[in-house]
Amino acid sequence: MAKLYEYQGKQILKSVKIPIPQGAVAGSVEDALSAANSIGYPVVVKIQTWSTGRNAVGGVKFADNDDELKGHVEKMLGMKIGNFSVESVLVEKKIAIKREFFAGFILNDTDKCPMLLFSSRGGSGIEEIAKEYPESVATMKIDFFDGFRPFEAISLVKKTGVDSRTATAIGSILVKMYQGMKKSDARSFEVNPLVQLEDGKIMAADCHVVIDDYAVYRHPEFGIEIAREFDRPPTELERIAYMVEKNDYRGTFFFFQMNEADKEENVIGFHGAGGGGSMMSMNAVSENECKIANFCDTSGNPPASKVYRAAKVILSQPGIKGYFASGSGVASQEQFHSARGFVKAFLEENIDIPCSLRLGGNSEDLAIEILEQYLGDKDVSIKGFGKNDSPDKVMKHLIEGMEKNEGKGHKITPFLLPDVYTCDYSFETMTGSIHVETAKCAECESKACIESCIQKILKIENGAPVLAIDTKDAKKGKCIECLACELACMTNGKGALKVVFPIDGLKEYRENLMKGE
Amino acid sequence: MSIIITKENRVIVQGITGREGQVRTKLMREYGSNIVGGVTPGRGGEAVQDLPVFDTVKELVETLGPVDTSVVFVPAHLVKDAAIEAILAGIKLLVIVPDRVPVHDVIEIAAHAKKHNADFIGPNTLGVLSVDEGILGMIGGKASSARAWFKKGNVGVTSRSGGITSSISYYLSKSGVGLSTIVHVGGDGVIGMPHNRVMELFEQDPQTELIVMFGEIGTSQEEAVAEMMKTGKLTKPVVAYIGGKGAKEGTRFSHAGAIVEGNKGSWEGKVTALREAGAHVVEDFQEIPAKVLEVLGKK
Repeated sequence: MAKLYEYQGKQILKSVKIPIPQGAVAGSVEDALSAANSIGYPVVVKIQTWSTGRNAVGGVKFADNDDELKGHVEKMLGMKIGNFSVESVLVEKKIAIKREFFAGFILNDTDKCPMLLFSSRGGSGIEEIAKEYPESVATMKIDFFDGFRPFEAISLVKKTGVDSRTATAIGSILVKMYQGMKKSDARSFEVNPLVQLEDGKIMAADCHVVIDDYAVYRHPEFGIEIAREFDRPPTELERIAYMVEKNDYRGTFFFFQMNEADKEENVIGFHGAGGGGSMMSMNAVSENECKIANFCDTSGNPPASKVYRAAKVILSQPGIKGYFASGSGVASQEQFHSARGFVKAFLEENIDIPCSLRLGGNSEDLAIEILEQYLGDKDVSIKGFGKNDSPDKVMKHLIEGMEKNEGKGHKITPFLLPDVYTCDYSFETMTGSIHVETAKCAECESKACIESCIQKILKIENGAPVLAIDTKDAKKGKCIECLACELACMTNGKGALKVVFPIDGLKEYRENLMKGE
Repeated sequence: MSIIITKENRVIVQGITGREGQVRTKLMREYGSNIVGGVTPGRGGEAVQDLPVFDTVKELVETLGPVDTSVVFVPAHLVKDAAIEAILAGIKLLVIVPDRVPVHDVIEIAAHAKKHNADFIGPNTLGVLSVDEGILGMIGGKASSARAWFKKGNVGVTSRSGGITSSISYYLSKSGVGLSTIVHVGGDGVIGMPHNRVMELFEQDPQTELIVMFGEIGTSQEEAVAEMMKTGKLTKPVVAYIGGKGAKEGTRFSHAGAIVEGNKGSWEGKVTALREAGAHVVEDFQEIPAKVLEVLGKK
C-alpha cells in the first residue's frame, strides 16, 4: 500500500480545485521560516508521517512568530514516529474552523466499485464517532458508467443533517474528490477533517491517500520508492531487491527483512514461492523454534535469473545459519528453473550453510537431481525435496544440517561476477549477458550447450556456440535466462560459457558489510 | 458436468504469441480444452501451433464463429483493453491470468462485464481446471502433470492462492478424494468471481457433492459464503481453511474502510462466521483430506 504524505495528497486536491489552506512543505528550520513568512502568521506546522494521531505525539503545533515556529520545527524534524523519523513538516496558514466533517472514498470488493462514506461529524476519533452517531453517516456506491454527480452528492450530505446551502458547497467538493481518486489511482482517498470555516467556506484541512501499488508506475510524480507497505523505511538490501523486481517483469520477487541473525538463536534465510504456500512454510519455521531473517517470495513462473538474484540477496545477510526454500508444494512451473538459479548462486557463494529446498511441482525429480549433481559434494547439506514432503519434514532436515554445521553462521564474501576477461564472444539477454571463450570450445566434443538450450537459439559456428537468432530477439526475451547452457558447459564441456546477471548495488553493499565486521 | 470449463467451451487465447501464451496454449489443448484461435494485435494471419492468430477479437469471431471463453495472457498494463475488447465482442467468460493489474482497471472491466452480462475470473489467477474436461489458464503447467496430479470425482475446490489450489487438489487426489472442478479465484483484492460466485456454480453442479475452500484474511468473500450457507443458497457441505492466522493485522490505512467493513476481513471474523453457518473449518492445512473423507462419510 503506497501511502502518500499529507502534502502530496493536498497536491492532488489542489489539482482538482478543492480549496486547501495556503502552505508549503519544509525539510529544515530555514525553509519552514521562509514558508511562514511568505504565508503570514499565525501558522500551523504539522509533521509529515504516514501515521494518524499526530496531535497526541506533539506533531501538530501553532506558531505566531519566527521564534515559536523555530522551537516547534527543531523538535519535530528527526522526531521518531514508530520506526520512521520525521524528515519534513507542512507549514500552513492557520484557519478558523467552525465545523468538521469526514469524507472518504474506498473501493468496495463485493460490488467492485468505488464507495463514498460521508459523516457530518468529522475529526479525530471518526471510527468511534460513526458508531456513536450512525444517523450522521451516509454511504453511497458509485456506478462506473453513471459516475458521481453533484445532485447525488448533495442529497447524500443532506441525509446526514446538513443544511441545503452547506450541503451544496460540500457536494461540489465530493465530486472533485471522486475525480481526484480516479486520477491518482487511489485505493483510498480521505479528507478528515473536511472543514467549514467561520466565513462559511469549505476546505480540506487534512487528507490521507493510498495509491494502488500496481498503478504506481503511472504516477512518477509521487516519487514512491517502493510500492509496498512498510512500517519502517526500507533497508538498503530491500532497495537492492526492489530494483531487481522493477527491472524484470517475469514472475514476482518480493523481499523484506525481519530479524537480525544472532549467535544464540536459529535465524535462517527464507525463500518462499507463492503467498499461500509461503505462509504455511513460515508456520513450519516457527513451530520448529527457528526465526526467519527475511521473507522472500519468488513466484508466478520467474526465470532462473530471478531466483538466482533472490538467493544472492538472501545470502547477503551475515550470520544466517540455514537456507529454507519452500512453496506450495505442487508448483505448476518447471522447478528445474529454480533449481538452476539456486545452483549458480550457491556455487558462486561457495555455500557455507545447509540449505533445504522444497521444490515440489513440475519436473521436481529433475530439479532435485540438479541440486544433487552440482552441490551434493559440499561440506554442508544441500538437499532438494518434492511434493510429498511436508514443510515440517524439510525444516527438520535443515535443523539437523545446522546442528552438524555446529550452528555456524553464514560469512559474507565479496560479490564477484564471473570473470569474462578471456571471453571473445558475447551477447545480451533481457537482464544479463552470456560470454564464451571460444578457444576452449575448439577442444570440446560434447557441444552440450547447444543441446541444453530448450529455446534452441544457439548454433555452432567455427567450432563454438553463437546465437542462431537476431541479437535483438535474444535480448527481448527469446533467451529465457534458464542457465542450462552454463551448467551443461561446466559439466560436459570445457567451462567456456559464462552467464552474468548483475545486481545493482550488491557489490558495494557487501563491501560495506565486510568493512563493518 | 463440472463448472466453468468443459470440453464444449469454445476458447480463445488473447496474447497467444507471447511467452506464456504459447506455452499455456499447448497445456490447455493437450489437456482437452477446445482452443479455436488466438489474438495478438499486429500478428494477424500468423499461426501458433496451427491455430489462426487475429489482430482483434472481433475479426476472430467473424471468421471462426461465436466464442464462449477467452483466456487473457497480455502484460498487466494492456489487460484492461484486452478484457473489454473481448466483452464487447460478445464473450461471456474471461480468465485474466496476469498479476499487477491496476485496481481501477479491474473496476472498469467489472463495469463492462456487468453491463454485458459477462463474468471474469482473476486477475492474478492460475486459472480453472475441470478434471478430464479442460483447463483455462495454467494449472498443472503440463498436461501430463495435470493428469497425474488431479483425479476425477465429486469434490470442488475454490482457493485464493494459486499454489495452494494445486497442492490441496493433489493431496485430496492422493487421499482418494476425486475432484470435479478446481478454481483459483485470484490473489487480488478486487476480483471478478470471488468464492461466493464460484459457490453458486458448485451448488448447481450435479457432479459436485462437497466444496473445499481455501480462504485468506482480507476482503469479504468468505463472509459472503457464510451468508449463503445461512440463507440456504448454499446447501452442500463446505470444508474450509483460512490462511493468515499468524499474520500481523494489516495496518489500517482507511477509516472509511474500518467503518464500512467492521470486523470483516479478519481471521477470527471469517472463521466464526463460517463455523456459525455450519462449515467445517480446519486449522491445520494437512487435515483437509481427512476432514473431507469424514464429511463424505467415507471414513
